Amino acid sequence: MIAPLIESEVAAIVREAIKEHGIQRDALIPILSEINHKLGYIPGEAFREMRKQLHDPARQAYIAESQLYGLASFYDMLSTKSRGRHVIKFCENAPCHVVGGKAIWDGLRETLGLENGETTPDDKWTLVTTSCLGLCSVGPVVLIDEDMYGNVTPEQISKILDHYE
Amino acid sequence: MAFYRSHVLVCIDPECLAKGAHEIVDALQDEFVAQGLIDEIQVLETSRIGGCSGGPEMMVYPEGFHYHGMTADDIPFLVEEHFLKGRIVERFREVSKPIVDEELGPLRPKEVRIVLRNCGQIDPNNIEDYLAIDGYQALGKALFEMTPEKVIDEVLNSGLRGRGGAGFPAGRKWRLTRQVNDNPKYMVCNADEGDPGAFMNRRVLEGDPHSVIEGMIIGAYAIGASYGYIYCRAEYPVAVDTLNIAIKQAREFGFLGNNIFGTDFNFDLEVRVGAGAFVCGEETALMASIMGKRGEPNPRPPFPSVKGVWGKPTNNNNVETYSNVPQIISKGAAWYASMGTERSKGTKTFAVGGNVVKPGLIEVPMGITLREIIFEVAGGIKDGKKYKAVQTGGPMGGCLTEEHLDLPLDYEALSQAGSMMGSGGLVVMDENSCMVDIARFFMDFTQAESCGKCTPCRVGTRRILELLQKICDGKGQDGDIERLENLCYEVSRNSLCGLGQGAPNPVLSTLKHFRHEYEAHIYEKRCPAKVCRPLIHLTIQTPVCTGCTVCSRNCPVNAISGERRQAHLIDQAACIRCGICVQVCNFNAISVES
Repeated sequence: MIAPLIESEVAAIVREAIKEHGIQRDALIPILSEINHKLGYIPGEAFREMRKQLHDPARQAYIAESQLYGLASFYDMLSTKSRGRHVIKFCENAPCHVVGGKAIWDGLRETLGLENGETTPDDKWTLVTTSCLGLCSVGPVVLIDEDMYGNVTPEQISKILDHYE
Repeated sequence: MAFYRSHVLVCIDPECLAKGAHEIVDALQDEFVAQGLIDEIQVLETSRIGGCSGGPEMMVYPEGFHYHGMTADDIPFLVEEHFLKGRIVERFREVSKPIVDEELGPLRPKEVRIVLRNCGQIDPNNIEDYLAIDGYQALGKALFEMTPEKVIDEVLNSGLRGRGGAGFPAGRKWRLTRQVNDNPKYMVCNADEGDPGAFMNRRVLEGDPHSVIEGMIIGAYAIGASYGYIYCRAEYPVAVDTLNIAIKQAREFGFLGNNIFGTDFNFDLEVRVGAGAFVCGEETALMASIMGKRGEPNPRPPFPSVKGVWGKPTNNNNVETYSNVPQIISKGAAWYASMGTERSKGTKTFAVGGNVVKPGLIEVPMGITLREIIFEVAGGIKDGKKYKAVQTGGPMGGCLTEEHLDLPLDYEALSQAGSMMGSGGLVVMDENSCMVDIARFFMDFTQAESCGKCTPCRVGTRRILELLQKICDGKGQDGDIERLENLCYEVSRNSLCGLGQGAPNPVLSTLKHFRHEYEAHIYEKRCPAKVCRPLIHLTIQTPVCTGCTVCSRNCPVNAISGERRQAHLIDQAACIRCGICVQVCNFNAISVES
């Protein structure tokens, strides 16, 4: 397919990701991961663009938006909803839980007024739980964007959050 | 090659990075330049020096001094004292783990390191470090001195079993895949270490990636595979980077690609990064994910050794299994089989977490008892509390109690006790853990991670979770325990893959060993461990309270009132029982009752 002269930002990102990872079926997850990384989530437009750009009559290759959405919604690290400027990932797994993780989770929820997966009205914070980050010897662990906080105590929560604009 | 009189190894594991390991490296470099020592002392980044819990950590060789807990500001002082004046800085010296053997680094009592032998000892991003300690010699031996059949015999005779948890003999799996008459064949390394609390594979990938790659190449030669995938979870970004660097270097040195070592054997390999789905640790789901599909499991047979990636014969093993292979080939099957029990040979890595004095990563010979692991290797229970239970085998494993402490570690012994080896997470719980809460907690995990393909797992885990939640909320009724048992039986019998089949294990094992706690929740509306919020209440002991106001200032819902220097009072209607006041009180004046 010939690229249009003026392309939206999303279309350009999709094109770049396809160029890097290829058009094979096994490139779909890497492409979606890359879009998610660049935009923070995968908007509906990205699915449409992927469908259009991956459509190849010569190879009889066709992928439906629903299949792409099915993939994106299956994997936890791919988000189909827009997220806040800072994403707080709380490790909710057993090793963190038994060393006081529950108090941290409740503290985060109560301080921010958010439940799992929600974003504050000012788009500053998104609170989600994450699968085990493998940092169990310093639990409880909280990951804010790319910053890791270990051995977190309930009193530290507001101090940690204050670091972020 | 430049000659250095001393090497400083700084741990750059995520935990140490979070505590400023990069700043330490930069500060060391700056200081060595400032003091004119930069030509004499080399600073290297490595992984796995200690437990990381006291990080940042560094090791000074050749003396083998282990320093930890310093900040970048301390470095000028440390450099002056240690490297200029030759004095040991006791303040930062890690002495709790004496250095037994310089080559192996700080080894804990009873530990035997095979898989972890190089972690923290070599620079994972430099293949020459691995070559210097006889890396890729096993591959040479296999290619020039052994036929593929002989390699398989060696692995079979060593008794190596799948370290991902199921314990299928690795040699037998290799033979099955070799015997299928279909090409090409694929090698898959399962590095989707998703069990909460298990991070052994992460450390191996970050600290010694070439041992895994070498193991895969040897396996590919034995099976006749031409291409391989390492499926690594996205939660391990450092491991992914390290693997990519290692694969590139192995290619440059001719260990991967066409005509390896000048023979007609061709094999290449790539890293596939997951996108966050626990079920992808199941082999059929993992292969679906490699092929760009939703990571949903498929019924077996056909087994992957017959029909795997792209419908071709595929050999699946995990990181630890492959990483054992080079040493088995080098040192022989008899050496490996000399360790362990009758049916479980060699060593096993564990990530010990929870309420123990020294959490972290260990490698112990099979056959060791849980008591030895918890009380000797991991230093016992924290804060002098009492041991209550240990969860082995991750969220699909079971809780083992006091009576199982002397069980020898062995695949069969653990399954007979109602748990399993699993990939190696050990979560130790003290007397303050509520077993109903723990069961609810694991079920919350499996319910969320159920892929939804088969009904027993999708619906059943949710129903079990609802019942457990009801019990934890103090709304349990007569008959709930029987309903739980019934559901657990159906879910484990009828689910498609290991996730659903194993999901009820934590509930069944806690029901078996701690039934009285379930009964206390249901019939007495009491949580014996004082964990379940709806069943506890917090009160301030008036004579003990000094009126320091620290609790009322920290209460998130302003439920505590009282004048300064007067005893405070908790408004039970407003209190959310978060326990922050208990933690901040300096006088232990707040008691938790159930």
